[in-house]
Amino acid sequence: MNKVILSLQNITKTFALGAHEVRAIDDVSLDIHRGECLAIVGESGSGKSTLANMILGIFEPTSGEILFNNSVLPAVRDLPLRRAIQLVQQNPLSSLNPRRKIAASLRLALDVHSIGDKNERQQKIGELLEEVGLTAEQQNRFPSALSGGQRQRVAIARALACQSELLVLDEPTSALDVLVQARVLNLLNELRAKRQLTYIFITHDLSVVRNIADRVAVFRHGKLVELNKVEKIFSSPDHAYTRGLIAAIPVVTQDEVLLRDSLGNDGSTGNHNLLGNKEETR
Amino acid sequence: MKRIIFILLSNPLSLLGLFLVTLVIILAIFADFIAPFPEHRGAVVDFVNFNKAPEWPYIMGTDLVGRDIFSRIIYAYRISLLLGVFVLSIAVPIGVTMGLIAGYMGGKTEYILMRITDVFLSIPPLVLAMSIMGLLEPTLINGMLAVTVMWWPWYTRLVYNIARSEKEEGYVLAAEIIGASKTHIIFREILPNCLPAIVTKMTLDFGFVILIASSLSFLGLGVQPPTPDLGSMVAGGATYLPDSWWLTVFPGLAILVAVFGFNLVGDALRDVLGAD
Repeated sequence: MNKVILSLQNITKTFALGAHEVRAIDDVSLDIHRGECLAIVGESGSGKSTLANMILGIFEPTSGEILFNNSVLPAVRDLPLRRAIQLVQQNPLSSLNPRRKIAASLRLALDVHSIGDKNERQQKIGELLEEVGLTAEQQNRFPSALSGGQRQRVAIARALACQSELLVLDEPTSALDVLVQARVLNLLNELRAKRQLTYIFITHDLSVVRNIADRVAVFRHGKLVELNKVEKIFSSPDHAYTRGLIAAIPVVTQDEVLLRDSLGNDGSTGNHNLLGNKEETR
Repeated sequence: MKRIIFILLSNPLSLLGLFLVTLVIILAIFADFIAPFPEHRGAVVDFVNFNKAPEWPYIMGTDLVGRDIFSRIIYAYRISLLLGVFVLSIAVPIGVTMGLIAGYMGGKTEYILMRITDVFLSIPPLVLAMSIMGLLEPTLINGMLAVTVMWWPWYTRLVYNIARSEKEEGYVLAAEIIGASKTHIIFREILPNCLPAIVTKMTLDFGFVILIASSLSFLGLGVQPPTPDLGSMVAGGATYLPDSWWLTVFPGLAILVAVFGFNLVGDALRDVLGAD
């Protein structure tokens, strides 16, 4: 099995904006290894979402190629490719259809990719929900009956439903409150280990990155300014811009202050496991 | 669903609307049993009892050839409701489908479909219906056809605007990333989110279709005698005002009751379903 699951080769994406053009992504090359979690960080407008959209096939790169399992991704994705690369969106309020039951949203993935027969699908929906820390009975609810964290779990279950290999996580926790955020990150970590998933974790929030990423790619103005292991990023970043981003992490607790002051030791945080991994059910 | 019914029943205005609509529908369906003189819906002449003011058994009087106005109103309701069902059951699917496709597909498809819609919307409805009726024989079927032709573009407009904003929602993107077909996304994902607005508009339109059908027959272009129709009954009696007031007042009130009832229900549904 190949170690590199996704390879970006000299990707450039320009958008025409009236008379002049904007370079959203500027000559980016990057390898993502099977089983790792690569965080893509950068401020708004740094091109990180553009990159995600190209990986998902929402639009094509202006130049350069994206290789998935060593073959070039075509502009129009066929079903096996769609199945392999899935997305978890930022806002769980809009990513689930308010007028379809949870079961219908999950079944869509199973139907489209012809996974199992009718009875197996029904059973699979329950299993998926239990895998993400919900109960099988919740499939008969509408999204409005679930909390934000629960909805995000459903969105994760949907992305897993087609047995994907690579998940693009587009700020999956930024719409959630801090406690729920930690639980969802825990869940993502567990699922990655269990299912040997590869994550591309897009975020503007560096404090989240520490809890989940193996490597961090820092983007600025469409360019890749730094790509390093997460420990290295937090202990001795190479680029001045990365240092700026770390300094800009909002300080919330005494822990965070200590952590920021102790940069140079190891960058791990630790106590998020205390928070458990179950959403309170109402 | 329970919540919707509860809200509808707790508001006096929507309750009144529901009552009026139910009344009209029951009268129309059971016309044969309710009308005191069922045979008066056709070409019956009774020169003994013609042009009579309301008195038992003619509670709304009789017309110029002696037919019971109350019976004729009940049968006219039946025609009006059939007309509404016919018009909406053709216009709504066409309009909604076009609006969904234009709103979701965008680009050239959107441009072509919406310009066609704009052309239809730019013609005053009554004028279009009148010219169609003028070209064709003024029969009931042609009347329905004429009203249908001018009705669908409003649904295209309505659904197009909703579909265009729903298309930006995350659930559409999620379905696209999963690889769902366009048909699935349009009819299974976006359409359910348009339904509250469509249902509300259909209820309101039921009243308007009755009104416009009455206008056409008032002008002599709709339902032809001896078939009873509220519009032509008003028109026929208008020259005998104010002496034979019952010839026009009762059919006029009948139009008012039906249109008012459907409007009240439509407004209530709009509030309850949160459609705009």
